[in-house]
Amino acid sequence: MKILVPVKRVIDYNVKPRVKADGTGVDLANVKMSMNPFDEIAVEEAIRIKEAGKAEEIIAVSVGPAKAQETLRTALAMGADRAILVETDEEVEPLAVAKILKAIADEEQPGLIVLGKQSISDDSNQTGQMLAALMGRPQGTFANTVEVDGDSVAVKREIDGGLETVKLSLPAIVTTDLRLNEPRYASLPNIMKAKKKPLDAKSPADYGVDIAPRLTTTNVAEPPVRQAGEKVEDVAALVEKIKALGIA
Amino acid sequence: MNTLVLVEHDNSSVNDATLAVVTAAGKLGEVHALVAGHNCGSVAESAAKIAGVAKVLKADDAAYGDFLAENVAPLAAGLMESYDAFLAPATTSGKNIAPRVAAHLDVMQISDILSVEGGKTFTRPIYAGNAIATVESSDPKLVITVRGTAFDKAATEGGSATIEDASGPGDAGLSSFVSREVADGGDRPELASAKIIVSGGRALKDSETFAQVINPLADKLGAAIGASRAAVDAGYVPNDYQVGQTGKIVAPDVYIAIGISGAIQHLAGMKDSKVIIAINKDEDAPIFQVADIGLVADLYNAVPELTGALG
Repeated sequence: MKILVPVKRVIDYNVKPRVKADGTGVDLANVKMSMNPFDEIAVEEAIRIKEAGKAEEIIAVSVGPAKAQETLRTALAMGADRAILVETDEEVEPLAVAKILKAIADEEQPGLIVLGKQSISDDSNQTGQMLAALMGRPQGTFANTVEVDGDSVAVKREIDGGLETVKLSLPAIVTTDLRLNEPRYASLPNIMKAKKKPLDAKSPADYGVDIAPRLTTTNVAEPPVRQAGEKVEDVAALVEKIKALGIA
Repeated sequence: MNTLVLVEHDNSSVNDATLAVVTAAGKLGEVHALVAGHNCGSVAESAAKIAGVAKVLKADDAAYGDFLAENVAPLAAGLMESYDAFLAPATTSGKNIAPRVAAHLDVMQISDILSVEGGKTFTRPIYAGNAIATVESSDPKLVITVRGTAFDKAATEGGSATIEDASGPGDAGLSSFVSREVADGGDRPELASAKIIVSGGRALKDSETFAQVINPLADKLGAAIGASRAAVDAGYVPNDYQVGQTGKIVAPDVYIAIGISGAIQHLAGMKDSKVIIAINKDEDAPIFQVADIGLVADLYNAVPELTGALG
């Protein structure tokens, strides 16, 4: 079985995004970029499934600018076998990304597609579900535990009330939640080896996908700033404040 | 504009998150509600009473009983022939189903809306709420998920909608429900809709300490219990306690953050609370930048003292 792992290059988790003064977006110039943290979890999960002897090959895919190669090299250094970069400088919406991924899945015929539940940039939380719908395949979103067993996969999902387990027939799409695993760090020898692993360059047109956006962002603004209040001296003063709120 | 709202429920009652979606949909046009489930007649009756709902479509089928996206999405997409907009709550259930509906309709979904600015224009948070984008759709139909804390809840009484039966393709045969482990919170209010939340962070050390310090205060205030991602990752409490950008988004009347430093991902999940109270021994903790009332103190002394004093 092959596993397809889509990854996205996003602003680093530890960087606080700054909104551009002209309201056109978030300033990405000279900002540290990294692999979307949920996608790192997806790469790790794919590697663990392969290490358990349930998959033979892991293919990492990214749709994005030339620099997304770095993100793919990270996936290769972690343990993916080869990579495909679908290069474009345009911002590609989840629906178009899902269409490109479907085209790649049609070619590669993976048994499992594992991707992050959302990117920490646009926070859409759509691509996996859309890909599953376009492929007519089942989805295990917000995965906490993934167990491949023969021609099916059991996915324990993080839901609002707790946890839920669903059984999906393969091929299936899984989206990762935070507690699925702790991604490994790539070792230096593996980073060197990753430079020699195959990386195919493609374009959206190669897959016949129209990436014209359906949504227009007309403004990006800072959220309303919440002002700090006051600090109280001791618990007695806090109790007075809480009683004044009328909740105790 | 005709809108179809996905009712979230457990086959016996309507989840609160749906009520905010009805309010958002009402800003776009007439509101019809889709109750997909199994033996869900009582849910359809409750949905018909929600103020602002003009019609309820009831799709009662074993295939919809566990809300599997593979089965519910084709049903919703089929019904969308008669509607201009599909709206679902931005809960784990809504987020699971809505993008699948959008893909069936070849529509780009608008996730987690905060406001309705026009018939096709909405605001939504990006970058963990560090920026608010205004987006306009050019698609012929809209598929939207709604942030529950951003809209008032529609009244659960006052409506008198008609109930019609609806049907779809049924079981897609792709997936099956196995089990659900839902934490029994007893009499404690649900986190997403609680008026008061007491939340604990990594400083609580372990699950016993968390329970010893946080639970008595929550009990006294009749509050729900939340936690930071650090506390959940460390195993102090189950995953569904997590408040934050990747957990639950809450906006209670009072949010009490105990031993929570206030990482941006946590603030994204609670900064719309009406009053924020923070107790932390680090006076420079970022939580104090958003707190209305702050107390710099060792939580192991302060919280029991507070709990006792509120007697």
